[in-house]
Amino acid sequence: MSDPRVDIMRVGLLSEGTHDPGTPPAGIRRAPAGVDGLTTEHLIINMGPQHPSTHGVLRMLIEVDGEEIVTAEASVGYLHRGIEKLAEHRKFNALGTLMDRGDYVSGIHGELAVALAVERLMEIEVPAKADWIRSLVGEINRIASHLIWYGTFGLDTGAMGQFLYAMRDREALLDILEAITGQRMTFNYVRPGGVVADLPEGIDDKIRAFCDTFDRYLDEHEALLGGNEIFQARVKGIGVIDAEKALAFGLTGANLRAAGVDFDVRKARPYAAYPELDFEVPLGTTGDAWDRYVVRMGEMRQAARMIRQCIDGMPEGDYTAKVSKALRPPAGEVYASVESARGETGIHLVTDGGDTPYRMHYRGGSLFALQALEDIVPGHLIADVVMMIGSTDIMLGELDR
Amino acid sequence: MSPTLAIIIRLLAILILMLTNGVMMIYMLRKVLGHLHIRLGPVHVGPYGLLQTPMDVLKLLTKEDITPRAVDKWLFFLAPAVVAVPSLMAYAALPFGDGLAAVGLETGLLFTFAVLSIVPIGILMAGWASANKWSLLGGMRAAAQQIAYEVPLLLSVLPAVMIAGTMSLGGIVEAQSGTWLAVIPRWFITNPLLWPTFLIFAIAGLVELNQTPFDLSEGESEIVAGFASEYSAMKFGLMFLAEFSNQFVLSALGVTLFFGGWMLPWAPMSWYEAVPVLAPAVFITKTYIGIFVMMWIRGTFPRVRIDQLMDLGWKRLIPAALFLIVLTGVIHKVVV
Repeated sequence: MSDPRVDIMRVGLLSEGTHDPGTPPAGIRRAPAGVDGLTTEHLIINMGPQHPSTHGVLRMLIEVDGEEIVTAEASVGYLHRGIEKLAEHRKFNALGTLMDRGDYVSGIHGELAVALAVERLMEIEVPAKADWIRSLVGEINRIASHLIWYGTFGLDTGAMGQFLYAMRDREALLDILEAITGQRMTFNYVRPGGVVADLPEGIDDKIRAFCDTFDRYLDEHEALLGGNEIFQARVKGIGVIDAEKALAFGLTGANLRAAGVDFDVRKARPYAAYPELDFEVPLGTTGDAWDRYVVRMGEMRQAARMIRQCIDGMPEGDYTAKVSKALRPPAGEVYASVESARGETGIHLVTDGGDTPYRMHYRGGSLFALQALEDIVPGHLIADVVMMIGSTDIMLGELDR
Repeated sequence: MSPTLAIIIRLLAILILMLTNGVMMIYMLRKVLGHLHIRLGPVHVGPYGLLQTPMDVLKLLTKEDITPRAVDKWLFFLAPAVVAVPSLMAYAALPFGDGLAAVGLETGLLFTFAVLSIVPIGILMAGWASANKWSLLGGMRAAAQQIAYEVPLLLSVLPAVMIAGTMSLGGIVEAQSGTWLAVIPRWFITNPLLWPTFLIFAIAGLVELNQTPFDLSEGESEIVAGFASEYSAMKFGLMFLAEFSNQFVLSALGVTLFFGGWMLPWAPMSWYEAVPVLAPAVFITKTYIGIFVMMWIRGTFPRVRIDQLMDLGWKRLIPAALFLIVLTGVIHKVVV
């Protein structure tokens, strides 16, 4: 085994006997002698893929000096299912099912990206009602996704209560999504041409009732976690990704906006009903974990606002264009992107005129956020690592695809 | 009855109290957290889920006791005992009523703190012996916490001792009998001088107990389960039990030092003589109120970071506690 890290995994720091301080075991780098000439050894820890706070199966190899991180290396791929390759063998109508399983907590956005790509290739005109429904379910899904982030972010800090409060609200949202799409997480609802089914009877009352309570609940959430002194002490100034670095790493979504960069796909390259919806894009200033928290909480408020507008302004008409079941886009290349809960979710489709894509590339926000994370982790404490992972809201299903 | 027999009976009573208490507290924790978290807690096993925790104890007893190959066997085996035995000993001096302590020590306060401070050594042993890096980190955190917070905890009880003029827990309770201005009970908590002291006691106590928001040594979201990562079956059960038992002891100490121990406000002494169970009932009820507050905190608060914790201990609490001792001394001896 040439990789020194593999050796240290096997040796372990607590192996029998004491080693000669002159020759540290392979893989242990000796820290430079301190002011008093005291030397300490660095410990290399495997954080994940089985770890409570790496949000799934992320593996971080961290080298620590006591509690302080010296280097960090993220190791990904534990949830790789080959979505991009599988897509080459799926009909265009079925791509959405794969996307649902990519970013599985905000599936609608993945489906929408695929649908937009196919529609642009085939120049399908989508009816207005379909566009409005897409925005509606998209924003509902955004809140559901952000609630998961909010709950688990709190769990990362060690608080338990807010997680279950977040689940309570998410449950109501999933019920609504289930009523609309027939599924709670893997929807397969947005298809090229429109959506699969019309909104069910009486759903607007349900959604309105939710919005009314949610505004109040959101205040409660902000008071419960964000208003907590300990929480603020834990997140403020932690994991700063400034605008320059965020742009350099290709961050999108709330992670980018937390650094004060005003980029939102919904505004920059409008799709669905967003040109007609009135909403603001919350921005942060410094790009630390607290800013990311504030931006996401703000996004939930804006999403609730948009849901109301969607319900009030829902046009009459068809919910889907008349498209063939066997889609056969002309040979070509297209990129379509949407603003998902994790940033820009983009689909790059290359077609050769057949009934399956020649190549599909799936661009999600998590991978870029993780690369930035790797860069900012050193110098922080172990406890901060989980906070930073939590604050960037990476999603391993999307990251490993 | 011979004195030896009497002591054995008392110690047995403590053992039974600790075990049943631990089981009850785990049930209570589940119910309290459940309702704080808009869920129900255990409901299925027995009426109101009451049998859930006894069944869990049975489960822990019958589970396979796993000893990983790489561990330091002696330390690994000893650590749960070093954690559990002192927390059992700490019950000895608690005054459940007028003279109703298993061992009526003159230095009961000192004794209780002395045995409680052995617990983190057991945690450190467990962390070191487990041959697991997370456990090691947990153990080290426990040691750092212990060193930093033992001092303010002890310093914070000194003003109460100074006012009471005794280190006997029973004596401290008696010093709190009667009323100020015939209305306010003479409990130390009603004395504004002791309010900051109580705050320091509560914070340092939570740290000593490894309770949220200071549960760094097992902080499950950071270091998996810390010192307890490699423990299973009843070894884990013992550590778990000790944690709850310590919670009871510390809450009981708080009640004794600041909330009048086994006394009800305004109740004349004759009541306790007429109804012998009144004093223990009052004491345990007050203790459980303290435990409830701890559970409430546990269900709500995030965890602090290790450097913030050290900062708070060394830079704020210790100087504050020292200052409060001087202040109490001056005011109590010079003014009053």
